[in-house]
Amino acid sequence: MTAVTGTDPAPPGSDQAPLALEVDHVSASYGPYRALFDVSFTVPSGGVTALIGSNGAGKSTVSRVVTGLLASTTGTIRLSGRDITGLPAYKIARAGTAHVPEGRGVFASLTVEENLRLVFRQRGGRQCVADSLARAYEAFPVLGQRRGQHGGTLSGGEQRMLSLAKVLVLPPRLLVADEISLGLAPVVIDAVYDGLRKINGAGTALLVVEQQVDRVLDLAGTAVVLEHGSVAYLGRADGALAAVEQVMSARGERAEVGTTVGVAPSGPDPSARNEVSTRRRRLLRRGRSAGTSTPVPEGEEQP
Amino acid sequence: MADHDALLRVIDVTKTFGGITAVDSVSFDVHSGESVGLVGPNGAGKTTVFNCICGQLQPQRGSVELAGKDLLEMPTYRRARLGIGRTYQRVEIFPDMTVRDHLLVAERARRRQGRLWKDLCNRSDPTPEEDQRVAEVLELVGIDDQAESPVSTLGLGSCRLVELARALVADPVLLLADEPSSGLDVHETRELSQVLQMLQRERGMAVLLVEHDLSMVASVVDRTIVMNLGAVIAEGTFDEVMADASVRQAYLGLSA
Amino acid sequence: MEQFLGFAIPGIPFGCTYAMVAVGLVLTYQATGVFNFAFGAQAYLSAFIFTLLVQNEHMPIWLAFVLSVVLLAPVLGLALDRYLFRKIPNSNATAKLVTGITLFVGIPALLPVIFGSSNQYNPPSILFNPDTVYFHIGNTPFNGLYLTSLVATALVLLALTALMRFTNLGLQMRGAVESRRLIQLDGVNAGRVVAVAWAVSSLMAGLAGVLLAPATGQLQAQDYATLMVAAFAAAAWAVLRSLPIAALVGIIIGVADTLLEGYLPASSVWSSATLSSLPFVVLIAALLIVPGLRRLGDATDPLASIDPPTPPTTAALRAPQVDRIIKIGWYVLLAAFVVSMLTWMPKTWENVFNAGLAFSVIFLSITLITGMGGQLSLCQATLAGVGAFTAAQLANHLGLSLLLGGLVGAVAAGAVAVVLAVASLRLRGLGLALMTIAAALFFDSAIFPQLSNSNGSPLSVQAKWVGLDILNPDGHAFFVTGLIVLVVCVAAVLLVRKGTTGRYLSAMRGSETAAAGLGINLTWQRVLIFGISGVVAGIGGTMLTIQQQAVSAENFNYEFSLAFVVIVVTTGVSTVEGAINAGFGFVIIQQLLTYLPARLGGDSLVFVLFAFGAIQYAAHPEGVLEFQKRRWTMRMERLMFHTGDPPPRPGGSLLGAYGGAGGGPANGGGARSLVDSEPRVVDRG
Repeated sequence: MTAVTGTDPAPPGSDQAPLALEVDHVSASYGPYRALFDVSFTVPSGGVTALIGSNGAGKSTVSRVVTGLLASTTGTIRLSGRDITGLPAYKIARAGTAHVPEGRGVFASLTVEENLRLVFRQRGGRQCVADSLARAYEAFPVLGQRRGQHGGTLSGGEQRMLSLAKVLVLPPRLLVADEISLGLAPVVIDAVYDGLRKINGAGTALLVVEQQVDRVLDLAGTAVVLEHGSVAYLGRADGALAAVEQVMSARGERAEVGTTVGVAPSGPDPSARNEVSTRRRRLLRRGRSAGTSTPVPEGEEQP
Repeated sequence: MADHDALLRVIDVTKTFGGITAVDSVSFDVHSGESVGLVGPNGAGKTTVFNCICGQLQPQRGSVELAGKDLLEMPTYRRARLGIGRTYQRVEIFPDMTVRDHLLVAERARRRQGRLWKDLCNRSDPTPEEDQRVAEVLELVGIDDQAESPVSTLGLGSCRLVELARALVADPVLLLADEPSSGLDVHETRELSQVLQMLQRERGMAVLLVEHDLSMVASVVDRTIVMNLGAVIAEGTFDEVMADASVRQAYLGLSA
Repeated sequence: MEQFLGFAIPGIPFGCTYAMVAVGLVLTYQATGVFNFAFGAQAYLSAFIFTLLVQNEHMPIWLAFVLSVVLLAPVLGLALDRYLFRKIPNSNATAKLVTGITLFVGIPALLPVIFGSSNQYNPPSILFNPDTVYFHIGNTPFNGLYLTSLVATALVLLALTALMRFTNLGLQMRGAVESRRLIQLDGVNAGRVVAVAWAVSSLMAGLAGVLLAPATGQLQAQDYATLMVAAFAAAAWAVLRSLPIAALVGIIIGVADTLLEGYLPASSVWSSATLSSLPFVVLIAALLIVPGLRRLGDATDPLASIDPPTPPTTAALRAPQVDRIIKIGWYVLLAAFVVSMLTWMPKTWENVFNAGLAFSVIFLSITLITGMGGQLSLCQATLAGVGAFTAAQLANHLGLSLLLGGLVGAVAAGAVAVVLAVASLRLRGLGLALMTIAAALFFDSAIFPQLSNSNGSPLSVQAKWVGLDILNPDGHAFFVTGLIVLVVCVAAVLLVRKGTTGRYLSAMRGSETAAAGLGINLTWQRVLIFGISGVVAGIGGTMLTIQQQAVSAENFNYEFSLAFVVIVVTTGVSTVEGAINAGFGFVIIQQLLTYLPARLGGDSLVFVLFAFGAIQYAAHPEGVLEFQKRRWTMRMERLMFHTGDPPPRPGGSLLGAYGGAGGGPANGGGARSLVDSEPRVVDRG
């Protein structure tokens, strides 16, 4: 039952198709909750596209739809020209995508080596496994040291390394990295982004989903900004920062995935911010005040 | 640096799992009304320290005291009743409940008002005091507009705020916040910082904060402790520790 | 030494049976993530058909083997995967457990229906001739039976260990058990891997059944219970992980059993008590001592967040107008029911509904412990039995009125439940379920028989009821009293749920860590809810006794415990409505089935029906009733609010929670979910 059909038909970069990924008018939902509304963007072959936006904007949803973990309700998705809309996730993976999902992307109950074996055997076939393992341990020595440890005992950074090792050794056409820097220390994020650069250097296109915008915009050529499940900006990476600022300040509502459009709760809007702060201060003063509280310097408001 | 007026004293705590030493002779103090940042790379042992303080883990060595009381002898719920509020690295919300219910149950648990006979006599409805308290905290944290929403429909950012509100409603003397800004965008992180700062100043609540977002740490805390590989490697004001050579090497790496 | 061998060696066939089943349980758990209670039933099925083919149809042995084991068994496994288990997301451990239990209850019940009841059972042997003595160890003959058992077990063990540890398929199976989604990202066809896993484990069940059939040919019901406990005990010691340890412990239990039987004086009370408790002791020791069992089934699917969130209960979200209509409807129905019972209802049906009252109360205890407490308890019928027997014994021996006896019984049941809770403080999930089933089996084999008539017939209750003429079959006194008791219990459950205890339990269900971090005393709450659940179950047991005017251990055995859980969970475990519907549904269906020709299996058919309900349940883990309620409530709301009017606020109505009112059919059709979740029509929103 171990179908050894995992290898990509052609190594990345040698395709005729100029676009690694085309997302065309895609919408998606989680059960009854709408999450994406008519999203369209592309990722050029061998290029890097950043997908950014605030919390709940739908970024993870896009990455799940692209790799097949979640079905789209409308629209089409094409991978290097091939229509992959509606395909089950494993077929999309075999067609040449890799996904580093949000959170823990490794098997906790399998050892590091078993995690790697699983994907190497599937994508490369039995004869490649030993060689692939060697290359993975060379690129990430930490994994070599921990090869007998279960995936669940690795730290967050080490788990990301493990996910990247899978991709580095057998480069796909497209790598979708979902909040890969979440919860990592700065020095680890550096290492992770180095890994991404290497993978991109080998010809893989990247779709990098991030909340922290600075690093990813550094790496990316194009950017997509999502807000409330729709595209707010689509274009070059250097123009994205300004767009993000604009979106943030224009936001009067704090809507998340799951609440319905049109029933958006009203949150604090910027013009009333001072008012809110004062109200809060009054609330606080009514509360218990410990004897050791330091006096508050007047006028020290947050912007 | 033994300071007998400290609110929280962590003394020489060591915790090992199998062969791995997760926390190695860690000692520090937190005073009333002080906010302390606990930073360090992944796997440094920060969450393990929290778990030792709160009771999810029992250290092999060392002691933890809150206002002079030895915590290690108590189960988790007793420690919480002494006045420790906590938020968790991976959000631990109650999926079946609405936001308001989260706060109500926290309020009641702290006051130990739950008696079965009261339930059976139908005298367990939320009292006006409880309602008001909950409403205050909801507004304080800024989620009053979502009070009736089931938390399963909220995004991560709101869930973190709900967790924070839940920890605050019991009016803790010490708040342990584990990566509260993880998953929040810039806007929400700023709000969170504001709330923490105000709470600390105006309620004298002590805060022990684990964070990766260094700008947040810088704006909120009075003192910073840096951990690496289970041990404390530096302690001082934010600027002091960030200038420390060993910290820069271990934690910041190239990006200064 | 001679004596030792003489006693030990005959234990081998039993030990090997336990070992095989234990290995099967562990394998299934490792390969599919399901603790397949029905493994034994699957084994029995293949063995049964094999015997049938050889003896009745006179097929050559090899052909019968191929049909019953190589073909039938894996096909059954594939069907189980396709129609049942595939629909359950990795992370829903309760649903997996309950579905496994459903099969356990359903498959044996199905057999008489399909094949008619025949009591022949002299299964042929596959490997060695059981009667030939092949060699001697010391003075003890080692015949074909022993040889077959050992060889078969060894072969199967080796093959399976190799499969799980050394092959790529085994690796894929283990990965798919943790997360079907994550493994797809590696390019593995998770659906196919899981299907193969089910086929392999079912093949193993069939093989185990046929290979060991001669050894276990005359399995009585009692032996089957012992088999279960012994297999669970062996699997528990293996932490549901190690195949060799499961086999080893199984063999040890079997051998130790016969050793004890040999060494202990033959007819003392001691010996029968010890013997029947040995497997229990081993199982309970495992549950109390082995740390790995505490959090069994806790490993979470890291991609579980892709599942749509479980919707809140319909009742919580209905629009107020619809709420009112539904409440009025209920009161009208209740009034009509009461009036009918007091006037024109024929006696047969009155008895049926009276029994329904009793069962509803027992089922309410399940709502308490499983719906509110969040823990699966597989001994609720046992607790009901404790109440029933206590009341009956007090009535018969002390002449105590049943009212008083019932209260004492309820307290006794509560006490048993509390003891159980305290013993299982560290256990959750599957571990706790095993502990409760151990308790159920223990009471069945050791305690209830002591309290019943020695020939097993129902113990009649000569009881007095102070004042009311409750035992008079011609009156309505029982109905009135029973109804009042039910209403009181319902009120109690509702009050507890909306009170502080209910809130605390809800928090604990959500996250024990966070609940403890808020200051909630988890231990106390658990013991409390177990105790209350025990008390309610005890009350229900006494009611049943009064209604039947007799108490029979048969009514409270472990099979009923399991069946009750299945019935209530399938109908809806988090609402009081669910319990009552389940209780009345149970008795009504049983009554209706008596009108069918006896050929069709009689009242075991009710189990079959509920087993098929499992298919619905797998798709709607919140309960079939809950699902239907939601559908119909949404339709009503649509009708009432017309199209285009959004409901006043979020949470103000069911439709509001689900994305806007009315609207019309979704553009683009339903959401085509590819992994695990089911398609739903999406509102334009």
